[in-house]
Amino acid sequence: MRTRRDPKPPVNPARRKAIAQGMQYACAAGLTTLFLGLQSQKGKASGGVWLRPPGALEEPDFLAACVRCGRCVEDCPWDTLGLAEFLSPLATGTPVFNARKVPCEMCEDIPCVKACPTGALDPELTDINEARMGVAVLTDRENCLNLLGLRCDVCYRVCPLIDEAITLELHRNVRTGKHAIFEPTVHSDVCTGCGKCEHACVLEEAAIKVLPRKSAQGELGAHYRISWEQEDAS
Amino acid sequence: MNPGVSQKAIQAKGFWRAQRWLLLRRLSQVLVLAMFASGPWLGVWILKGNLSASLLLDTVPLSDPLTLLQSMVAGHWPATMALVGGAIVLAIYLLLGGRLFCSWVCPVNLVTDAASWTRHRLNLPTRPGNPKGRYAVLAGVLLGAAATGSLVWEWVNPITLSIRVITLGSLTGLWMLLAIFLFDLVIRRDGWCGTLCPVGSFYALVNRFGWLKIRLPAREKCDDCMACYKACPEPQVIKIPLKDIGAEPVIRDPACTLCGRCVDVCPENVFEIGSRRKASEPLQTVEIKP
Repeated sequence: MRTRRDPKPPVNPARRKAIAQGMQYACAAGLTTLFLGLQSQKGKASGGVWLRPPGALEEPDFLAACVRCGRCVEDCPWDTLGLAEFLSPLATGTPVFNARKVPCEMCEDIPCVKACPTGALDPELTDINEARMGVAVLTDRENCLNLLGLRCDVCYRVCPLIDEAITLELHRNVRTGKHAIFEPTVHSDVCTGCGKCEHACVLEEAAIKVLPRKSAQGELGAHYRISWEQEDAS
Repeated sequence: MNPGVSQKAIQAKGFWRAQRWLLLRRLSQVLVLAMFASGPWLGVWILKGNLSASLLLDTVPLSDPLTLLQSMVAGHWPATMALVGGAIVLAIYLLLGGRLFCSWVCPVNLVTDAASWTRHRLNLPTRPGNPKGRYAVLAGVLLGAAATGSLVWEWVNPITLSIRVITLGSLTGLWMLLAIFLFDLVIRRDGWCGTLCPVGSFYALVNRFGWLKIRLPAREKCDDCMACYKACPEPQVIKIPLKDIGAEPVIRDPACTLCGRCVDVCPENVFEIGSRRKASEPLQTVEIKP
């Protein structure tokens, strides 16, 4: 049995209850505001294009497969990969990279894929040149130095698959009438989307960007037949 | 975590015996964090990944069974490494007792215990929540994964978020931890772990078969000081084994987290952590006090 009485000053239970209830309402309101506020901040988030690591499954499958453990991030030797945050456009905790900041260095042993325990990064990807993280697109033809007539060529030079994924196509410079334009041209069947071109672009804002393939590429309706490819096939 | 209740126990049993499970638990929680953090910060890789999936010493895969379950209902069959890891973790908690995870491993417990401690310090009268509600949240997490085809729980999962805070320097997880702290502080007593967390409810389901249990070998010595109720994060689990003399003197309620705080704070040594079936005295020998 408890006999000792707490030597406390008398309390006003009604007052105490009112204060506690007030705090509860304030906290409930605060928590609601916090989560709604986060959502609105998410709308404002930008920060370039977000790409998935090599071997990532197609997006709906990837979201079911990835357990957000971050082992690919920890095994990436170049600190290319990071995990998406609350306010990222992509699901929190999933691995992403921003090629303009740090591109994929195309490790031959692909440590990120080896680290993945669930198969969200497809273990069948053993040749990094087969990776399809996205596709480079010369998004700004007005500011690209090569298209202005200079010989920048940086995106072409840094491409790990130079002359295959990016070639320089020679055109006549119609503005001057007597010079050449060497147009950086991406070949989507070879480009891995590593983002070295975007990273290296010398402009303030890159003129060449790696986009998710779904965003960048069109798709012909199944009823179209390309006659010259049909002939090749037959 | 009630700062007041241990005083009497410390007087009766000394500092160590009145605090030892708490201190051992803190040690375990800090060790888990340290094993995850030592890799990215010091280059010494002990645990790689986080509490959804990890690799121990570059050899043993570990993964959270509930996370894999979400992945399965979302439509992906996890690769072998993840499944083996899930089986290892599930086997450990099935054998020992599921909610050991909550009190000995989970980093969020540090936050909720801090909230609980503060709440007692400030003497805030908060209502306990409904301890069964968490199973609805668990069902919601699985239904959400099935409906969206994505592990939606991972958007807010404070367990993996807090590991990311210490391994990858991610700061957004702190918002979730702050929200949980405030919720536990003024809205619900031990509300997150006790009424909401789906991971805790999953491990409570696993907790039925575990080998470790809190036993009450000396319940007749209970003098109703209420220290255990005040200290216990799931106080509803104590009442029947302690007060119903017909009941077995073992806490079998799966909500028990095996934190051992009742063992610490009881000045009369009513509780102990022991095996599920110990060759104990038969029920008849329990004395009925007048």
